[in-house]
Amino acid sequence: MSLYEQFRAHVRAQTPVALATIVEGPGVGAKLMVTRIDGDEVVSGSLGHPDLDRVVARDTAGELEAGRTGVRHYGPEGQATPEDLVDTPTVVVFIESFSPPPQMWVFGAVDFTAALGRVAKVLGYRVTVCDAREIFATKRRFPMADEVMVTWPTPMFESRGHTLGPRDAVCILTHDPKFDVPAVQGALATNVGYIGVMGSRKTHTKRLERLAEVGVSSPEQLSRLMSPIGLDLGGRTPEETAIAICAEIIARRTGHTASSLKTTSGSIHS
Amino acid sequence: MSDMREILDDIDRWRSAGKKVAVARVINIEGSGPRDPGAAMAVNEDGEVAGSVSGGCVEGAVVSEALGIIHDGGPGKMVSFGYSDDEAFAVGLTCGGIIRLYIERLDW
Repeated sequence: MSLYEQFRAHVRAQTPVALATIVEGPGVGAKLMVTRIDGDEVVSGSLGHPDLDRVVARDTAGELEAGRTGVRHYGPEGQATPEDLVDTPTVVVFIESFSPPPQMWVFGAVDFTAALGRVAKVLGYRVTVCDAREIFATKRRFPMADEVMVTWPTPMFESRGHTLGPRDAVCILTHDPKFDVPAVQGALATNVGYIGVMGSRKTHTKRLERLAEVGVSSPEQLSRLMSPIGLDLGGRTPEETAIAICAEIIARRTGHTASSLKTTSGSIHS
Repeated sequence: MSDMREILDDIDRWRSAGKKVAVARVINIEGSGPRDPGAAMAVNEDGEVAGSVSGGCVEGAVVSEALGIIHDGGPGKMVSFGYSDDEAFAVGLTCGGIIRLYIERLDW
């Protein structure tokens, strides 16, 4: 199997994979691939020198872990410090990380869920819809979802909460305390990057009381909850609400203000 | 963002039809740029395109470069696009940045 075919197979299987390509200097076009299978790093391909391969494989594994893509400079034999690079041709290596898509878990099989699922798919999320009510949580109602789970939040988080990380999102749209309290508790026990909970300000206040009753009351925990969910765009339809939620997720990730660019200054993309 | 993953289906379709393919990836961007490193675009020997590497500013020029690489059969190369005062008519990004791309034949 060619390196490209192996790469394609890893992408299709959603195995984390990174490609390192010499884009300038001796050996342009040479490639090395790093994957992580069952926790072990597997290296294939070569950049033309065993020491260069060893150093680049190590760096590529690090970039893959962090989900970063970018350029690094080496000497032809893997030299990496500025002193070592004097008087040697520079090998410019482009490292591309391909991590599996971020996850969005949506609790509550309601109309907002369908709209949110559609917008989340546009943004590249793997979408899981979860509701305990069998007649509502169906693939037919949520064809955009990668997965529809008929279950309660607690078992869902117990079995899979450990797979959630900083790039992932949990959106709780149920409005129903017997569902959203355990969902909030479950989400807070993970490293998930975004936790949004739907409901009016009144619902939010009542929910805080219920959360306090089950012991969720510390400011650190409560500050992770984006509730009421979404940016204040003034929209009303499920689709507009979905945009407001996803826009908030993006702004939380980037740390930007979510104001109109017209009213702010400075670099746009930094 | 469209990286290599999003264009695999198109690449597969072209390759199984026996078409030669080149791939361009954004390597880095100076100043303002619409796409991050890793944004990818594929071009087949007939000039068909999948994916994108900018907001439409440089795609046309990338197609010409890619077709050149497909037909010459040479190794991959870096190309830059950006606005500068001496090259008022050069292809550039409307947002004023400089974009550097690596274009290679998909023969690996």
